[in-house]
Amino acid sequence: MKPTISIIDSTLRDGSHALRHQLSADAITAYCKRAETARVPILMVGHGNGLGASSLQLGKALLSDREMMIAARAGLRSTKLGAFLLPGYGTIQDDVEPVLDLGVQVLMVASHCTEANITRQHIEYAVGKGVVTYGVLMMIHRVSSEELLVQARMMQSYGASAIILMDSAGALLPHEVAVRVRALTQGLTIDVGFHAHNNLGMAIANSVAAVEAGAKIIDGTTRGLGAGAGNCQLEVIVAVLQKMGYRTDLDFYPLMDAGDFVTANIMTKPQEIGSIELMSGLAGVFSGFAPHVRKAAAQFNVDPRDIFMELGKRNVVAGQEDMIIDVAAELAKRSA
Amino acid sequence: MNMKTVKVGIIGTGNIGTDLLMKILRSDVLTCGMFSGQNPESVGIRKAQSLGVPTSFESIHAFEADPDCAEIVFDATSAEVHRRHAPILEKMGKFVIDMTPSRIGKMCVPSLNLDECLREPNISMITCGGQAMTPLAYAIMKVHPDTPYIEIVGSIASRSAGVGTRNNIDEYTQATRDAIVHFSGVPRAKAIIVLNPAEPPILMHNTMYAEIPHPDMQAITREVASVVERMRTYAPGYNLQLEPTYENGRVMIMNTVVGRGDFLPPYAGNLDIINCAAIAAAEAYARKKVL
Repeated sequence: MKPTISIIDSTLRDGSHALRHQLSADAITAYCKRAETARVPILMVGHGNGLGASSLQLGKALLSDREMMIAARAGLRSTKLGAFLLPGYGTIQDDVEPVLDLGVQVLMVASHCTEANITRQHIEYAVGKGVVTYGVLMMIHRVSSEELLVQARMMQSYGASAIILMDSAGALLPHEVAVRVRALTQGLTIDVGFHAHNNLGMAIANSVAAVEAGAKIIDGTTRGLGAGAGNCQLEVIVAVLQKMGYRTDLDFYPLMDAGDFVTANIMTKPQEIGSIELMSGLAGVFSGFAPHVRKAAAQFNVDPRDIFMELGKRNVVAGQEDMIIDVAAELAKRSA
Repeated sequence: MNMKTVKVGIIGTGNIGTDLLMKILRSDVLTCGMFSGQNPESVGIRKAQSLGVPTSFESIHAFEADPDCAEIVFDATSAEVHRRHAPILEKMGKFVIDMTPSRIGKMCVPSLNLDECLREPNISMITCGGQAMTPLAYAIMKVHPDTPYIEIVGSIASRSAGVGTRNNIDEYTQATRDAIVHFSGVPRAKAIIVLNPAEPPILMHNTMYAEIPHPDMQAITREVASVVERMRTYAPGYNLQLEPTYENGRVMIMNTVVGRGDFLPPYAGNLDIINCAAIAAAEAYARKKVL
C-alpha cells in the first residue's frame, strides 16, 4: 500500500511574497477557516522570509508577525499553525519566543543548503519547547545529493523531526529532485519533505518525483500562490497524488474552495511564469528576487533578465536582495 | 628601532588570535609577550613558534604563571570562556580586549569612542558587523537626528564564519543591532546577517538602509566620506561600494571590507576589521602608556 502524504499549506507564508507581504488580518483569518475545513494538517503563516524578516531589505509586511499569528489563530482549531525562521534574520529572543506564546505549534528552521549549522540554536530551542520542528534546506539545486545529506544529518542531529528540501529557484528537473530526495530518505531516520517552485513549469512534476523517491511531506500553496513563478499548486498535487494511489487525508472540495477564495480575495495578479520568472529558474536565483529585480531594472534602466543572469553568476543566496542594486548599478555602468 | 613597546598577550590561537599576532608583529608600539591556547594541533601556535614568539598550551594559566608577560590581553576564545577569564584578568590589572560577543566590557568602536575606552579594564569589540556599520549609522544620525529606523544587512563568505559565529548567530545579530542603537541613538534598528557560500568567496559586503523622508544627500555623502576616511586610518580595506543613494523614503549605503591578508585571506574582511579595530585600541593604550 502506498503511504499517506502529509501536506503543508504555505499559502499564507510563501504566498506572502506574491502580495509583497501585504496580507490583511481578515484575509488571514478567512483563509485559515477554509484550510481548517479542508483538514489541512499544517498551515504556515507569516512574512515570506519568515519571522523577523519584515525589513527594508526584504520588504516591510503590512502586519507584524504577532498580528499575523493572532489573525491565524482566530481561524484555526485542529489545523496546526506553523511559522518559518531563517537564522540571521529573526532571533529566538526577539521573534520565536513571542509567537510560541501565541500558539504556534510548528517551526520550520531554514538555512541555505550549505549552512545547516546555523540552525542548531533554534532547532534545539524549539524541540526543547515541545514544538514540532522541521529543518529546511533551501536552494538545493546548488549542491549534490551527497553534500545535501551531510547538511540534513546535522539538522537531524539537532533534533529536527523532518527535513524539507526547497527548490527555491524552481531550477531543478524531476530526475534531479529524485536523486536528492532519495539520498535523504536512505540516509536519514526522519521524514523528508519537498517544496517546489514553478519557474520551469516543473512544480507538480517535481513534487511527484519527490514522493516517488520517498518524500512523505509535500509543501505547496493553493493556486500556487508564491514567490516568483509560484509554488506547487496544492489542489492539483493532491488530486494527482490521489490518482496515483497515495492518500493525503485532505477534504478535496473544501481545498478547491480555499483555492477559489485565494483567486477571488487574495491574489492581486495571475500567478504566471513570466519572462523574469523563467530567467530566475534558468539562472538558479531565488524566486523571491523577482519584484526587487523589476524595481532595480527600472531604476537603473537595465534589462531585468541581465540582472538575473549576473546574480546567478555571483551565486547569490536568499537574503542578498541588496546585491540586486549592486548588480543593476554595475550593469548600468558597464553599458554607459 | 629603540622606541619603547608595550607587551601584549593573546589567548586563543585560532584564526582571530593568529591574525592578531601577525598585526602585532607589524606594530611599532606592541610586542607579543605570550601567545597561548590549548590546542596542540593549532596552526597558529606553530606559526608563532617559528616566528620566535613565546607560546603556551596553558591558555589563561600562562598569564597567571607569568603575570608580567603582558599588560594588554586579547581574549579570542569564546563568549562562554571569556566569562570565566574576565574576572581573573581584571584582578591581575590587565587591559582586556574582548574579541568574543560576551558583552562584558564597554563596547568599543575606535573611530567613535576610543578615548573613553582606554580608561576601562575590559572593552568589547562587539561584532564585525558592528565595527563596519556603527560609524555609518552614527554619521546618518548626525545629519538627520530624527531618523526613526536603521537597518543593516551584512553578507559574509561562509568560509569566514567560524563555528563560534554559527553556534551563536542570535547573539551576533542582537549584539550588532544593540551596537547600532547604542552608538547612533536611532530609536529602532535591525541587523541581518547572511552567509554566502559562493566560490571564490565573496568579500564582506554590507548595506545600510535608513528611513529618511527628505534626506540632505549632500550632507550625508560628505559625512559618509569622512567616516570612510577615518575608518581607513586603521582598517585600510574599508571601501564604499555605492555612494549613498535615495529611493522611496530610504537612504541606502553599501560598503565592502577587503582584509589585509595577514593570516586570513583578503575576502575575510569581516574578521580583518574587528582585528584592525582591536589593534587600534591596543596601540592607543600602549601609546598613552609609553608617553
